Amino acid sequence: MTDASLPRQERGLAAIFGLTALKHGDRASIARWVIATLAMLLIATMIGSLATGPILVPVFDLLPHIPSHLADPSAPLPETVSLRDWIVVMDIRLPRITLGALIGAALAVSGAVMQGLFRNPLADPGIVGVSAGAGLGAALFIVLGNAALAPAMAVLGIYAIPFAAFAGGLINTLLLYRIGTRGGFTSVATLLLAGIALGALTGAITGLLFYVADDNQLRDLQFWGLGSLAGANWEKVASAAPIILTMLLATPFLARGLNALTLGEAAAAHIGIRVQRLKNISILLVAAATGASVAVSGGIGFVGIVVPHLLRLSIGPDHKYLLPAAALLGAILLIGADTLARKIVAPAELPIGIITAFIGAPFFLWILLRNRGLTGL
Amino acid sequence: MTNTSILVEELLTSAQALDVRDVQITLGSSCIVNHMSFSAHSGELLAIIGPSGSGKTTLLKAITGERPYSGSIQLGGYEIASLSPEAQALARGVLPQASHLSFPLTVSEVIGLGILDRRQGRLARAHRIAEALALVGLPGFEARTYQDLSGGEQQRAQLARVICQVWDPVAADGTQRWLFLDEPVSSLDIKHQYQIMKLAKDYARRGGGVIAVMHDLNLTAAFADKILVMKYGAKVQHGSLENVFSEKTLTPTFEMPLDITRSKEGTFQVTPQLAELV
Repeated sequence: MTDASLPRQERGLAAIFGLTALKHGDRASIARWVIATLAMLLIATMIGSLATGPILVPVFDLLPHIPSHLADPSAPLPETVSLRDWIVVMDIRLPRITLGALIGAALAVSGAVMQGLFRNPLADPGIVGVSAGAGLGAALFIVLGNAALAPAMAVLGIYAIPFAAFAGGLINTLLLYRIGTRGGFTSVATLLLAGIALGALTGAITGLLFYVADDNQLRDLQFWGLGSLAGANWEKVASAAPIILTMLLATPFLARGLNALTLGEAAAAHIGIRVQRLKNISILLVAAATGASVAVSGGIGFVGIVVPHLLRLSIGPDHKYLLPAAALLGAILLIGADTLARKIVAPAELPIGIITAFIGAPFFLWILLRNRGLTGL
Repeated sequence: MTNTSILVEELLTSAQALDVRDVQITLGSSCIVNHMSFSAHSGELLAIIGPSGSGKTTLLKAITGERPYSGSIQLGGYEIASLSPEAQALARGVLPQASHLSFPLTVSEVIGLGILDRRQGRLARAHRIAEALALVGLPGFEARTYQDLSGGEQQRAQLARVICQVWDPVAADGTQRWLFLDEPVSSLDIKHQYQIMKLAKDYARRGGGVIAVMHDLNLTAAFADKILVMKYGAKVQHGSLENVFSEKTLTPTFEMPLDITRSKEGTFQVTPQLAELV
């Protein structure tokens, strides 16, 4: 068997998660506790982020009025609320926070699903070029949306760019799966290298688009480079939300299959999992959610790798708990990073991708280093 | 007994068998299993033996639905290729040769994956997992991380998972269940080799079917009811111990001079003729 070298590698991966060995007893109850805590933390982060910005807003005075306003937008504002504060919260900060939550959840869950699918804890849509593919799809529409692709733009409306990003991400994911997987096992080295190559190739094609873009389009294109939540509005939320929410609602049904895949593809099939269908659905969901995220916020890296890793340390790899917890922690992380991005160089702001890279890249290196002797990298 | 009842009985018996008819498995242009035909019956432990590369594992993979084949493999009267993964999972458990995990599950999480009945409550699951662990000689291993176990312990933990999947050798509706084991004792010490083989034999005694790919001829002699001998992807012989355990069959199959003796209790003993080797 070619698998002779694998157990050693698997033990190496265990070393990353060494902490889980300390946990005795029932991890399910720990997981439920962690998920409940994360949910509360998400609410706190959202409120904190609502209150943060160049204009000081009495968030707690406004909060009670938000539900009734959402139910009936035409209702007049109570006199205690200043119109300026109301606009800042409802039209600038709240859509941005909602978008951040959606994208953070989408990226973290995409990472977790991809890692389960590739049976490899280093898989991530950003690292292996899926986001680059999505970026190319989106860039094509930005540059050619009024020219060659105008008919498609007319049909798809606000969903045109998310859809194009989805298609680009899907193509790269499928290619990656073909190249990186052999006999049901994905090698870390092949996966990363193939991902780098695909990402570079896709990036080069995106780069070509810069030369045919006009000034306005160039500004839009610039934005894919590092990713940012600036320019968030309710329309962007509306274009990304259906796709991302569909993915989040579908993932619980993948949990058992992804858990079974931990045993290997053959053993998963032995316990009644339709492996090919599981793979198809997972790839589709990851590409769709990554595409939707990239379409509205550009390439924000490392969320998909940091979040599932941190969670596996505390609640273990059971996808039944890992996926919802990843959605929550992803949302928290991204809203937090975005708040930092707005705060650090206020009144200007940093692209959020810089913040996530600052957190994520050292983390990624740490995983690699801890694991270096054992993975043959 | 009337003719009809005999007919019904025959039908029932055949429905509980694993029927392999003229099976051929190719990989690229080479033929790995060649015109293989045999039957296995529930209530029996069938061992498949043969030198490395003789196609034993490949044949087992066709039976477990992992590999496409031509010909016919019927389990309980149904063609394997036509059964859904879910239906196959209810009818048989499979112990693969090597098992490594991509994520650090605990032993109880690994075994829990074998419990297909999702209506089972957490306590019932925990109880079943503990029972299975005791059966394979790993009592109290629930909270251990699978990857921290030794090779032999991992193999037994996997067997506990498989046992959980097909816990009752005979299902409530009377259909027999099967255990397909690929070298189940390859990384075990001698005590656990006998413990696990006894467990498999017991499963067959209680009405289930067991097919095990084996390397150790003496363990095979001690536990198998029927034996299929393979070489170059073809059947050399299929039958009872008495038929198969002869120098005439085994020596050319393994290309090694073997002495086969029989103890007073009737157990066969295979020993290499060392003098010929030196």
